[in-house]
Amino acid sequence: MPTFEYAPASESRAVVDIRSTYGLFIGGTFVAGTGGIFTTVNPATEEPLAEIAEASAADVDAAVKAARTAYTRVWSRMSGSDRGKYLFRIARLLQERAREFAVLETLDNGKPIKETRDVDVPLAAAHFFYHAGWADKLEYAALGPDPRPHGVVGQVIPWNFPLLMLAWKIAPALATGNTVVLKPAETTPLTALLFADLCRQADLPPGVVNIVTGAGPTGQAIVDHPGIDKIAFTGSTAVGKMIARSIAGTRRRATLELGGKAANIVFDDAPIDQAIEGIVNGIFFNQGQVCCAGSRLLVQESIADTVIKRLQRRLATLRVGDPLDKNTDVGAINSRRQLDRITELSAAGEAEGALRWDSGCPLPDKGFWFRPTVFTGVAQTHRIAQEEIFGPVLSVLTFRTPGEAVAKANNTAYGLSAGVWTEKGSRILWMADQLRAGVVWANTFNRFDPASPFGGYKESGYGREGGRHGLAAYVVTGEGA
Amino acid sequence: MTRVEVKKTYKLYVGGAFPRSESGRSYAVSDARGQFLANASLASRKDARDAVVAARKAQPGWAGATAYNRGQVLYRVAEVMESRRTQFVEETRAAEGVTPARAAALVDAAIDRWVWYAGWSDKYPQVLGGLNPVAGPFFDISLPEPTGVVAALAPQGSSLLGLVSVVAPIIVTGNTAVVLASRERPVPAITLAESLATSDVPGGVVNLLTGDPAEMAPWLASHRDVNAIDLTGVAGTAIDWAELERAAADNLKRVRRPRLSQDGPTEPDWSANLGLDRLTAFVETKTVWHPKGR
Repeated sequence: MPTFEYAPASESRAVVDIRSTYGLFIGGTFVAGTGGIFTTVNPATEEPLAEIAEASAADVDAAVKAARTAYTRVWSRMSGSDRGKYLFRIARLLQERAREFAVLETLDNGKPIKETRDVDVPLAAAHFFYHAGWADKLEYAALGPDPRPHGVVGQVIPWNFPLLMLAWKIAPALATGNTVVLKPAETTPLTALLFADLCRQADLPPGVVNIVTGAGPTGQAIVDHPGIDKIAFTGSTAVGKMIARSIAGTRRRATLELGGKAANIVFDDAPIDQAIEGIVNGIFFNQGQVCCAGSRLLVQESIADTVIKRLQRRLATLRVGDPLDKNTDVGAINSRRQLDRITELSAAGEAEGALRWDSGCPLPDKGFWFRPTVFTGVAQTHRIAQEEIFGPVLSVLTFRTPGEAVAKANNTAYGLSAGVWTEKGSRILWMADQLRAGVVWANTFNRFDPASPFGGYKESGYGREGGRHGLAAYVVTGEGA
Repeated sequence: MTRVEVKKTYKLYVGGAFPRSESGRSYAVSDARGQFLANASLASRKDARDAVVAARKAQPGWAGATAYNRGQVLYRVAEVMESRRTQFVEETRAAEGVTPARAAALVDAAIDRWVWYAGWSDKYPQVLGGLNPVAGPFFDISLPEPTGVVAALAPQGSSLLGLVSVVAPIIVTGNTAVVLASRERPVPAITLAESLATSDVPGGVVNLLTGDPAEMAPWLASHRDVNAIDLTGVAGTAIDWAELERAAADNLKRVRRPRLSQDGPTEPDWSANLGLDRLTAFVETKTVWHPKGR
C-alpha cells in the first residue's frame, strides 16, 4: 500500500497563553497553595510548560469550605433555570474558545490535535449544553421522589481526557445543584485551570467550582474530607478500591468509573473494512490510553490470518509523531511513568510467549513514544490479556463459536465495554445480552455522547455518567437513606 | 387424649434442597416470650460458600427467563404464601410477640408486597431504560440488567414483611440471592423458603441461611464471586458494618448501606411505600450502540 507523504501541518501555538506558574482556584480566585510545586511537561517534547501548585490538605479544606459556602448561600437557593443558564453560558464559552482548549490539551496531554479539536473539546461543550437543560427538569427525570443535591461533591479525574472528564463530572454535578471541588490529574492540569478562567468569564458564583491541583495525596485529602458529601472518581481500579474502603461506614457516597479490558469481537461475517477501522479506533484512539479501549481483539479463527494481515497493513499507514500536526494519527504517551508501564507489560507479553509485532515507524528523539503494537498467539492467562495496559498495544485471541467468544470476553474482572462485529442482527442482539459490560458497541467502537449512559459492571466500577442515568449519581431522593 | 404433635426440623435452604448445616451445629430459637420454639441450623462459613455456588449456578438461567415468566413464577410464590397464611400468622406472632390481629396485618402486607414486586419483572426495564438521543446516526439504547449474585442480611426485627421487602426486589430483576435470616426470628424465613421450594422458583435463586449473621456476613462481604451486598439487617446487631463495606471493596461489590439515623443503623419502616430504591440498587445499566445506514 502506498504511503502518502504530507507536508507538516502544525497547528499554531499562538492561540494559547501559558502562564509560568499557576495557583489553586478557590472561591472564585487563584490563590497560592501551601503545598509544594510541581512541573507539568509537554510529553511530546519533555519541554516544561508551567509550574503548578500542589494543594495541601489545608488547601483542600479551604476549597471545601468555599464550596460549602457557595452551596448554602447561593447555589442551593438558585432556581434550576438560573443554574441551567450558567451551564449554557459555559457550553457557549467552551465553543467560542474551542481552539485554545484543543491546542492547550494537546500540549499538556500529548494527544493528536485532530482528537482534541474533533472529540475532546466539542464533546465537553456538548456535556454542558446537555446538562444545562436538565437543571430545571429534575423532577421529570424519574430519579425518585424529591430529588435534591448532595451538597459538596469531590471529583478526581484522570489524565487521558482531562477537559472531557472535567465536563463529565462538573456538568451533571452543577445541573443537579451541587458545588464541586475538582482535582485534575497531576500530569494534565492546564485545561482545568483554563476552565477556571472560563468560569469567571461566565460569572459563575465564586466557590461553585473549585479546582485544586496535585497528585495522589491531594486526591486522598478530598476523599477523606468530612465536608465532602459525595465522591466521583475516574481512574484506576486499584485507586477506586482504596476510595471505596476510605468511605466505608460513613455517610459519604461514591461513583467510580474505573479500568477495563474490553473484548472487541470480530465474527467471520463481519464487514471487514469497517471492522479493521473499528479495531484501530478501538485500541489506538488516544494512544490506547482509554479505559474502554478494545484492548483484546477476539477474532473468529477462520478469518484470523486475514484480519491480522490487513490490520498490520493498516497500522503501517498510521502517522505517529508531533501531536500538533493535523495529519498525526497517534501522539505521545502521556508520561514517562505510563510509558514505563506499557514497556513493562509489553515485555511481559513477549516473555510469556506471545508474538510481538509493531509497525517499525520512526519515533521522535525526545518525548514519550510507543509504536502501535500487536501481540498474536495470546493466551487468556497472559498478563497482556488480563491487565489493563493503557497504551497502544493490542492482544489478539481467537475463538470458534459465539459461545466461546462470550466466555472469553467475559473472562475478566473488568466489565466496562465490549465490541461486536457481525452483519447478523440476531447475533448482535444475543451477544449484547450475554456480554457483561456497561457499554456494547456493535459494528462501531468508542462512541460517546452526553445523552448516553457510560459506566462499568464488576470491577470497572459503579454509577453511570451521561444521560438521565448519570443524574442519579448527583441527587438524593426520598428520605435519603 | 390429645394427639402428640409432629414437630418440624428446621433446616437451611440451599440450591433448592433443605440440608442441615454441614457443621452439624444448631441453636435454640425462642419465641418473643422466651419459650423454646425450635432448634434451627447454625449455618457455617462453608454453608455460606455453598450457598454462593448454588446462587451463581442458578443466576444465568433465572436472568435468562423471560420477564413474563419470572413475573408468573414470583406471583405463584404469593399464591403459596397465601395458602400458608395461617401458619405465617402464627409464626410471625410467636417471633415478633405481636397480637394475632397485628400478625395477620403484617402477613397480609408481606404477601401483597410480594405481589407488588412480582409485577415489576416486565415493567422495570421500560421505566429504567430507554432510547438515548445521541448526536449521530446511531441506534443507542440503555437497559437495566441484574447485577448477579447478591448477599443480603435480612432485617432482625421484621421477620416476614421485612424479609420479603429485602428478598423480592433482589430476585425480581434476575439476580439470585444468599439471604442471612434474622438470628432470633428465623422461623417465618424458613417457611418462606418452603413456599419458594413449592412454587416454581428454580433451586438456587434464593438460598436462605439461619444462624449468626455476625459469623457469616464477613465471608459473604469478602467473597469474590458475590457481586453485591445488602446490609439492611445489621440494624439491631453489634455487627461492624463499616468492616463489611471495607471487605466488599475487594471486588467492588455494590453495597446497599443500612438505613442510618442519628444513632446509627436502624430498621426501616416496612409499612411505608418502598419505591424502586431496593430494586435499582442491584441492577446495572447496559448501553448498546449500533450505526444506522442504508
